[in-house]
Amino acid sequence: MASRQYATFEVADQLFGLDVAKVQEVLSFHEYTPVPLGPRSIGGLFNLRGQVIAAVDLRVQLGLAARDFDGPAMNVIVRTEEESVSLLVDRIGEVVELDDDTVEPPPDTLTGPSRELITGAFKLDGRLMLALDTNRAVQTTTGNGIDE
Amino acid sequence: MCLVEKEAALDELGDIVQEFLVESHENLDQLDRDLVALEQEPGSRELLSSIFRTIHTIKGTSGFLAFNRLERVTHVGENLLARLRDGTQVMTPETTNTLLRMVDVVRTLLTAIEESGAEGDVDVEGVIEAVTRCIESANAPAEPAPAASASAPAEVKAAPTPVETEAPAAAEATDATPEPVPAAAPAVEADVDTVLTAAVAAAASASSADEEHASGETAAAQARRSIADSSIRVDVDLLDKLMNLVGELVLTRNQMLRAVTATSDANLARTGQRLNLITSELQESVMKTRMQAIDHLWSKLPRVVRDLSGSVGKQVRLAMEGRETELDRSLLEAVKDPLTHLVRNAVDHGIEAPADRRAAGKPAEGVLTLRAYHEGGHVIVEVADDGKGMDPNKIADVAVQRGLLTRDQVAHMERREILNLVFRAGFSTAEKVTNVSGRGVGMDVVKTNIERIGGAVDVDSTLGEGTTWRLTIPLTLAIIQALTVECGPERYAIPQVAVHELVYLDGQNGRVIEHAMGAQVYRLRGKLLPLVRLDETLGLPMSSGDRDVYVAVLQAEGRKFGLVVDRVLNTEEVVVKALSSRFKEIGMYAGATLLGDGRVALILDVPSLARRAHLNMGAVERAQQELDAVTGTHDNVDRLLIAGVGERRVAIPLDMVTRLEEFPLERFERVGAREVVQYRDQILPVLRLAQMLGVYSEGEQASSVPVVVYTERGRSVALAVDRIVDIVEDVVGAERDFGDDGLKGSAVIQQRVTELLDVRRAIMAADPRFDADLDTEAGAGYDSDSLMVGA
Repeated sequence: MASRQYATFEVADQLFGLDVAKVQEVLSFHEYTPVPLGPRSIGGLFNLRGQVIAAVDLRVQLGLAARDFDGPAMNVIVRTEEESVSLLVDRIGEVVELDDDTVEPPPDTLTGPSRELITGAFKLDGRLMLALDTNRAVQTTTGNGIDE
Repeated sequence: MCLVEKEAALDELGDIVQEFLVESHENLDQLDRDLVALEQEPGSRELLSSIFRTIHTIKGTSGFLAFNRLERVTHVGENLLARLRDGTQVMTPETTNTLLRMVDVVRTLLTAIEESGAEGDVDVEGVIEAVTRCIESANAPAEPAPAASASAPAEVKAAPTPVETEAPAAAEATDATPEPVPAAAPAVEADVDTVLTAAVAAAASASSADEEHASGETAAAQARRSIADSSIRVDVDLLDKLMNLVGELVLTRNQMLRAVTATSDANLARTGQRLNLITSELQESVMKTRMQAIDHLWSKLPRVVRDLSGSVGKQVRLAMEGRETELDRSLLEAVKDPLTHLVRNAVDHGIEAPADRRAAGKPAEGVLTLRAYHEGGHVIVEVADDGKGMDPNKIADVAVQRGLLTRDQVAHMERREILNLVFRAGFSTAEKVTNVSGRGVGMDVVKTNIERIGGAVDVDSTLGEGTTWRLTIPLTLAIIQALTVECGPERYAIPQVAVHELVYLDGQNGRVIEHAMGAQVYRLRGKLLPLVRLDETLGLPMSSGDRDVYVAVLQAEGRKFGLVVDRVLNTEEVVVKALSSRFKEIGMYAGATLLGDGRVALILDVPSLARRAHLNMGAVERAQQELDAVTGTHDNVDRLLIAGVGERRVAIPLDMVTRLEEFPLERFERVGAREVVQYRDQILPVLRLAQMLGVYSEGEQASSVPVVVYTERGRSVALAVDRIVDIVEDVVGAERDFGDDGLKGSAVIQQRVTELLDVRRAIMAADPRFDADLDTEAGAGYDSDSLMVGA
């Protein structure tokens, strides 16, 4: 039976997961350079070993209020075809191995911007993990986050 | 299975073709140079041999790769070259043209091969025929056609060795074929082919007379081989990757060094030092691998100049200075088209026809000078001609006619600004449109292309003496000089090439931001400079008031504007990082960079900011008119420097003054009847205003003399006065009279009668070379004083 590893993290107390193969690294960082006039969901730019990385505020992507940058934020750096992008999250969770057949389509009651980003729901012990579509999660070119 | 094998074989062949293309392009450049050089030195066996070898190499490989058209073209070319090399036929301009034409066809074929992998349907018959005709015509006068076959043996006798005669003889035989050309072509091919093989084989086993030549050739070949052996071809992508890695290494080193200084481990500190040195050296070396001499680009230009000057009936000599100047390969590529355009433009429009030049007292042959040199972290490339120059008046007229500017706007512009109008889109002063240039496209494209790579263009011209186009190009795309500024809590980088000056506004003494119909402006030396507030432009909360701010005077797209920022930090070299495509549509940033502390800073895109500034231009221009109406600056200057000369007071327009200096008496030296002073590596002619005005100067006893330095177009004049009194803003109650020569009149300034100096006249007295400039600018420049005309 096919199974897959997911890197998990929390945003606004909801557990999300990303295919571990897409995740380059996870790190905490606290100095972000804002990009005035940039997409609203861009939290800022930071320097990852000489590379300029754009940090996407996952809260905004999910239709929530933007993060305030008081302290360090956790970055999940994901590799996309063109570049490495960071997703700003609240807390990092474990890496879990899940069988492909435990996934269910996103519930119909899930609406709003987050609906677009989620490919499915996994039933873990006591809580649900929502699997994110990496490409859509980092997509910011449409001005203010998600185009509805 | 079979298919896979075939593909692999094709792949391998593809590599060979690639290599062949690269090599051939290089060879062709060499060929162009050689052919043009050959014209100067028609008898040079060395050049001819070199050309022959090049064509021979291409022919050989194209035969192997089954590029038949290419093979046939190079074949006849080689045939002609062999005759030239062996002295059977002499070089004529027509021969050169034919050979160049052949080179062009070869190039077209190579391009076709590069693009499609096949030769396509490039027409080669024309050039084959032309080359053949060239060979024929050389023979024709000596040998009437019917006697051709008979004459062949005769020539064998006349020729120095049997080896050398074989090719020409055979060529004649083929030439003599009476059939019409299309049918004859294959026959010619076949014949020449056999003969050539024979000729080449024979040349290898060189006979006595040819030995010397052959050994020379071998030596030359060895020399070339040793150069080839000492270098390898490297993929540019690989170099780019290397460059990026080194960039990362540099940053890691920086972090490391910071960490090391925090510890007290002496061993670690030493290691850190070493790492530091090695990284710097590595960075430098990797940068160097991407550098190429500008000659790489220039080597194509002699041909361009030769062809163009020939077709427009001009005589042009191309001079090159600093051909070893290096710059980044990718930049070289980007500069290629603009540079070629400027060169073509200079030949077509800059340099006059020989008759006009003689009439103007210049040698018939014009000189086009290419100059390249390093200056302040940039490479400067100049294209200078000694042609007719550009007339600012005419440019201004055209700008007004085309509706680009109004009369009033033009009247307020400096000479250089007017000249730079030629970079505006849709601008051409050429009276007649030629197929070369003058169609109103070009200069704006030149500018756009150069600005795209973070460079700048500028032009200066003296009517009757020539025009100099100046490209300022960053050394590499990866590292630029940048000014770091602060706006709110963030820092931004501005490419230094766009920064003209910095002004601090303390909110006092006229150093204030003013408002004109909602547009913010600053009076920069009496002219209104439109301002762009960085915080506002970026949609940030207004972080600064109107006081205690800095204005960075920037220039892009031919206009100046001021960028208001909170603080100016410093100028440093920064590594440019490309911004993710998701930020492209903002259009406000040219990239990002990492500052010394590792933080990311955005690099501002000056042309975008400039466009924003121009949105406000309407309001600024109206304000300028109002300002003029109030202060009367329209035909007067609004700030004056008051100097004391004996008992008299003289007013000098401040915007003509570059600097105020005080020179000790012993600095004044005499050259002939003139007084001069050495100043910043220049020799300035001195004009003592006291002498000019015929007054007794108190300065003659003083140990030092206050001097007003006036500079224009790199030439300066020192006006010696007795003392600097004041600088005044407004001229009230100006009264004109026709006083002494060199004075425009007098006015009451600060309750005292003050004489207005006619700076140009005064300067002419000190430096008659300014004379020429006076003619071109009277009536168009800063001062259209009708009284002077009346007088």
